[in-house]
Amino acid sequence: MNPSCGKGSMLTSSRKSSEVVLDQFPAGLRVLVVDDDPTCLKIVEKMLRTCHYEVTTCNRAESALASLQANRNGFDIVISDVHMPDMDGFKLLELIGLEMDLPVIMMSADDGKQVVMKGVTHGACDYLIKPIRIEELKNIWQHVVRKRKNEWKELEQSVSIEDGGDKMQKQSEDVDYSSSANEVGNWKSSKRRKDDEDELEDKDDTSTLKKPRVVWSVELHQQFVAAVNQLGIDKAVPKKILELMNVPGLTRENVASHLQKYRLYLRRLSGVPQHQGGINASFIGTQDATFSPISSLTGLDLRALAVAGQLPEQSLSTLHAASFARPSPKSGQPVPMVDQRNIFSFNNSKFKTGEGQLRQPNLGNSNQMNLLHGIPTTMEPKQLAELHQSFENMSNMQASVCQSNSLLMHRGSTRFPPNMGQPLVSNGLPGGLVLRNISAENGRGLGGYASPVSQTTSSAALTFPMNHGPELPGSNSFPTLGSPPGIPSLTQKGPSKEDIPVNSDAKGSSAGGIIPGYYLLNDLQQLQSNDWEVRNVGLAFNSPQNTSSLTGNLENPASSLFVQQGISSGSMRNSSSGGGSKVSYLVEGTHHQNLSSIVNSSVRIKSESVADTGCQNILYTQHFGQEDLMSVLLKQVSTFMTLKFFTNWCHLLLLLLLFEGA
Amino acid sequence: MELGLMQRRLEDYTKSLFMEGLLDAQFLQLQQLQDESNPGFVGEVVSLFFDDSEKLLNELTSAMDQQIVDFRKVDSYVHQFKGSSSSIGAQRIKNVCILFRNYIEEQNIEACLRCLQQVKQEYYHVKSKLETLFRLEQQVLAAGGSIPAIEVTSF
Repeated sequence: MNPSCGKGSMLTSSRKSSEVVLDQFPAGLRVLVVDDDPTCLKIVEKMLRTCHYEVTTCNRAESALASLQANRNGFDIVISDVHMPDMDGFKLLELIGLEMDLPVIMMSADDGKQVVMKGVTHGACDYLIKPIRIEELKNIWQHVVRKRKNEWKELEQSVSIEDGGDKMQKQSEDVDYSSSANEVGNWKSSKRRKDDEDELEDKDDTSTLKKPRVVWSVELHQQFVAAVNQLGIDKAVPKKILELMNVPGLTRENVASHLQKYRLYLRRLSGVPQHQGGINASFIGTQDATFSPISSLTGLDLRALAVAGQLPEQSLSTLHAASFARPSPKSGQPVPMVDQRNIFSFNNSKFKTGEGQLRQPNLGNSNQMNLLHGIPTTMEPKQLAELHQSFENMSNMQASVCQSNSLLMHRGSTRFPPNMGQPLVSNGLPGGLVLRNISAENGRGLGGYASPVSQTTSSAALTFPMNHGPELPGSNSFPTLGSPPGIPSLTQKGPSKEDIPVNSDAKGSSAGGIIPGYYLLNDLQQLQSNDWEVRNVGLAFNSPQNTSSLTGNLENPASSLFVQQGISSGSMRNSSSGGGSKVSYLVEGTHHQNLSSIVNSSVRIKSESVADTGCQNILYTQHFGQEDLMSVLLKQVSTFMTLKFFTNWCHLLLLLLLFEGA
Repeated sequence: MELGLMQRRLEDYTKSLFMEGLLDAQFLQLQQLQDESNPGFVGEVVSLFFDDSEKLLNELTSAMDQQIVDFRKVDSYVHQFKGSSSSIGAQRIKNVCILFRNYIEEQNIEACLRCLQQVKQEYYHVKSKLETLFRLEQQVLAAGGSIPAIEVTSF
């Protein structure tokens, strides 16, 4: 079933022949049809032939994949049935999309909305309902052209971004007029572009020979994913991925374009609405993350946060409303939580407008906070275990984690006077950046765990607005989870004390959320000096400050939390006892002993859950590279998210808030 | 029988199949795909359909015969039958399949068995009709005539 495309024998096409080709367009489109129903297969084949397309048929998904792999550039478009005995059509769709990046059309006798939606979310460029009519097949060429066009744009963009583009752009302009000499057939114009992409890649590699287009096989893709995960999604730049993958013959451009596709893919996946449960679980996790040592947050939290971040709008808003409701009388600033994405912006506005206000409402909040913090405590250990499993598979988790973290942060932030005199963003960068900061700036405290989280989600919120300057080079490039930056003020302005306005230009959506919270804490900390000498979060303190304001409460723990992470020195003395035991962190140098029990409790909560994993990770992660830390932390955080905990926690939280407000 | 008469008979017969709802516009699509380069196209496709359907119906029957009916499997068979029958325009079969799937969803075994019977009936019915149709076509072709194009008015 090999397509009869005569490759290579094409003369170098001149402009003239390309014109000829265009006239015949879209004839000669090379279509691969996969369907286990022989009747339908035959009919569709005949119809396609009538449209003057070149047709290859397969009745099994595996043979289709084999054909595609054997003939990398041999097809322009794939039409696949949804229900097949050996492989689900959607799975085939994903594989083809990732490996070969061809447009895929799904077809089925099933016209249910859900199935069609599934096709959309899995990236099908069209969905045909059987019986197929020839009119529907006549126009499938548009998908090929559209895709090529988009890819071309993408390539140009990525090239210009990564290479500074002039050279490439110039070359790309020549595409239309140069000869590809690669393909026979009538698809020269559009195909040539694609081929030229390869050529350009090759040229960029300064290879004189024309390399075959890179085949992103499943193994290669897995290597790629492993490398990306290791680096952290927001830190995963093509160069580093390439180094990690260590695949001979693979170019940075190959990796770059694949990375883009992967991010889009992840973003697409994460864009699917999350259920409440998942969010709940992650939410809880995030809460812990919020108050737990930063280190725990960074790696694992990011993921968890990502997961948690995808709190449903309603729940978030409810929570926010609840949490913020109370402070409003005190702070006078109700915090409207719009949706996850707006967490950061919310944060921003809150800080901007609510300066000083946050600080005030301490009294009521502490109780609440304590309670709130207390809630997850019980849940965490279990969550950890559960989360561990669910963690790996959830790219969404990252997003949600971030979001939930941000949510948490927001809540916390409402209580914190943003004008602690410190830039919110001062410390560390979200996500992966945070890690960097940790090591880089001891005193800064980490706010961002975004990057690790974003690792899996292409668009993970973790992309924090890395304004943190040079430290976070790559972070800005990552799309946030979905929306504009949740990390408002987190754009780091450095550990300076000046008020850093929280601007919602943070790109990291979910991650941003987390960071703001942390930064708030930092700010609250009133670190006159970035003296994050607080090594360990004093988990042990049972300060009676439970009643202190949240702000107060949060400050200390926050700072300690930050400090903990920020201090790359091994001062973390996690007396991590066996699972569940509190990690008693010594808080040194924190100033607000008010760090209420809320913080303590939160920290405690976190420590309990983190106990073994978290503490230990924290301990050793300090010594590891940021990437390692992040990944470890992410893993840990992910364990915190479980659906049920989250829901329970939310309910409890709401109740508490309402109760307090009553 | 003279050619003209045969052709008319063929035409009337074909039309009657559409009128009865046995076939729908999709069959016309198939006929339009048939041309000089591929004169036996419709016949080939329909033969393919028959072969595939026999197998499918056998499996469906045995699946429904089980002590514990695996509805998921039954559903996939019916879904497949729905797809292939709709592809050749066997409208009545398709409709029964749709009904069948509803009952599968309800896990109503009695109704499912009834549907199975019904779908078999419809299948054999359309099969015999199509076989007659092809026979008539062959006669016309053998007599040197061409198969008249069906005018699609409204079914």
